[in-house]
Amino acid sequence: MRHILSLLLENESGALSRVAGLFSARGYNIEALSVAPTEDPTLSRMTIVTSGSDDVIEQITKQLNKLIDVVKVFDLNEGRYIERELMLVKIRAEGTDREEIKRTADIFRGRVIDVTDRTYTIELTGPRDKLDAFLEAIDSSLILETVRTGASGIGRGEWILRV
Amino acid sequence: MRLTGAEIAIQCLVEENVPYVFGYPGGAVLHIYDALFNQDKVRHILVRHEQAALHAADAYARATGRPGVALVTSGPGVTNAVTGIATAYMDSIPMVIISGQVPTPAIGLDAFQEVDTVGITRPCVKHNFLVKHVDELASTMKKAFYVATSGRPGPVLVDIPKDVSQHITEFDYPKSVSMRSYNPVNKGHTGQIKKAVQMLMEAKRPMIYVGGGAILGDASHLVTKLVKDLGYPCTNTLMGLGAFPATDPQFVGMLGMHGTYEANLAMQHCDVLLAVGARFDDRVIGNPQHFYVEGRRIIHIDIDPSSISKRVRVDVPIVGNIIDVLNEMLKLVEESPVSVDALALKQWWQQINTWRERQCLKYTNSTEIIKPQYVIEKLYEATQGDAIVTSDVGQHQMWAAQYYKFDKPRRWLNSGGLGTMGFGLPAAMGAQLAFPDMPVACVTGEASIQMCIQELSTCKQYHLPVKIVNLNNRYLGMVRQWQEILHGNRYSESYMDALPDFVKLAESYGHVGMRIENPADVEGALKEAFSLKDRVVFLDFLTDQTENVFPMVKAGAGLTEMLLGAEDL
Repeated sequence: MRHILSLLLENESGALSRVAGLFSARGYNIEALSVAPTEDPTLSRMTIVTSGSDDVIEQITKQLNKLIDVVKVFDLNEGRYIERELMLVKIRAEGTDREEIKRTADIFRGRVIDVTDRTYTIELTGPRDKLDAFLEAIDSSLILETVRTGASGIGRGEWILRV
Repeated sequence: MRLTGAEIAIQCLVEENVPYVFGYPGGAVLHIYDALFNQDKVRHILVRHEQAALHAADAYARATGRPGVALVTSGPGVTNAVTGIATAYMDSIPMVIISGQVPTPAIGLDAFQEVDTVGITRPCVKHNFLVKHVDELASTMKKAFYVATSGRPGPVLVDIPKDVSQHITEFDYPKSVSMRSYNPVNKGHTGQIKKAVQMLMEAKRPMIYVGGGAILGDASHLVTKLVKDLGYPCTNTLMGLGAFPATDPQFVGMLGMHGTYEANLAMQHCDVLLAVGARFDDRVIGNPQHFYVEGRRIIHIDIDPSSISKRVRVDVPIVGNIIDVLNEMLKLVEESPVSVDALALKQWWQQINTWRERQCLKYTNSTEIIKPQYVIEKLYEATQGDAIVTSDVGQHQMWAAQYYKFDKPRRWLNSGGLGTMGFGLPAAMGAQLAFPDMPVACVTGEASIQMCIQELSTCKQYHLPVKIVNLNNRYLGMVRQWQEILHGNRYSESYMDALPDFVKLAESYGHVGMRIENPADVEGALKEAFSLKDRVVFLDFLTDQTENVFPMVKAGAGLTEMLLGAEDL
């Protein structure tokens, strides 16, 4: 099953490689990983999208907790949460395609953030499924480039992850 | 007090009451060696290869319970040390390793003797640090000792660039350390402990399975009290030998791949299993699917939550410091309104005793050729069972574990997790330094000993009178055994040809060498060797080349699918 793990870790060089190294050394899946400093510059917040049986996820969280640089680990799937991912997609937009692509972007609440006479670059946020659905709605031969950040996740309401 | 980084590094060792540093100098650690030269509190032991520095410091830790300290230079110094670091990591040994690094401005420029030490060692340390500024050095050293020795222990490496060891700052060793990201648990969950005790008291066929954690946690006396109070059978893992005394009638022998028939069967057929500081690893329980028994309940005490339910699902996990947990359990056992089911226990012991009658460790001795098992039995007698025994890895290791009856913890030092050939001799040095007056025997084979044989020189320099018991069968014995049993007798590269004359070799280092070819001479040679209290003695026993270690559970097989002897092949 797909799980989103949220981590707070020391914002120190090497912390990221400890987490990434753990996943590769123990053969855990890693679908996406994003990390950036928080409002407290000594801490980074990392979101990892992984998958595995309940036993594997339990081991992953335990092993992550064991890393000295990891301050806290939350499995967002244990409660209600919101997930968002940012995608930038550059699309060949010429002739009649231009109007069609713009319309599709509007339906997905995407924004055109760069335009040339032959391309559109569209910014889209949402859960993974929505971004996938947008890409499926566009003729794949027109897609020139996609950049995705990987998911960021946060618990709903009073469910707060902090030190 | 204003000191250089190098002086600070040494002062930190003084503050931590570190008596010995095992190491090897080189360019990046020259300042640190200079600081060592100018003091007399910390004694440096110069090994002949960095791997040996790590093993010796590791064994010092295993024998004493105090953290072992090693000091190596950058680049090849570190890469040579990696085997020793990984050995300590796999067996959860508290160590602090100081490594030199190229100066900070040169890092990343492929400087002479530069490697990414933090990167290379990351997967085999509990934690590591690169000290980028001299102001961080003292606090980092404090953290290193704290992390290495608390929680589940392990090696911690501190990488010090050469310029950092040269720079000067005010030295102030922190009294305490707190890390928001590292808070090892101590007390176990009281509710879980109650549940465990109730389960134990109600057991009809109980079994207590004790691992290296009981020794690392200095809880042997509590384990022994619990087993004795309850009257239950007890087995120790390879790493747990000595946690419960081997000569006690309630001890059913070591379990696992080369464990006893009775221990393995009792593991499988018990109805309540208490695991203490053990981790159900592949060499201990074999195939986890086969190990699973409907209805058997498992209680698991461990300080590391990630050890729990890793290979085997358990019913009552207890995460905590073993001393605290066992003390609480002992109290509850004493106060328990129910007493153990004496009748069921009697029947269970009858069953175990029937298994014991198989005498799975019996071997046919010979008057013609030396049997390796016989050597270990005579070693046990010659040392009155009271020596520190180190070993390398292979058949000799298993025979030592099976036939030397360890009654006390921290007497059996071997590389159980990583299985590092070359561990034995440097480990014996570390143990001998820790206990200068105790007999120290290194049980080894002619293949393993050659992996760190250069340390005979270190033994000479520091007057470390270890006794080397070389079970010389002219084969990589365990490899040969597997090839015989699993690879149709195709002995691919497992012979040891062109062996040195070990007697002359020992003599060339200034030691005593003995070659023993006749079974009748085994006892006398061992007695003579241990009477030479101030000499290193290399006992080269020419043993039976065809002898195999039994019982044996093939890799991947179930714990009860044992080969008991040649007749089972």
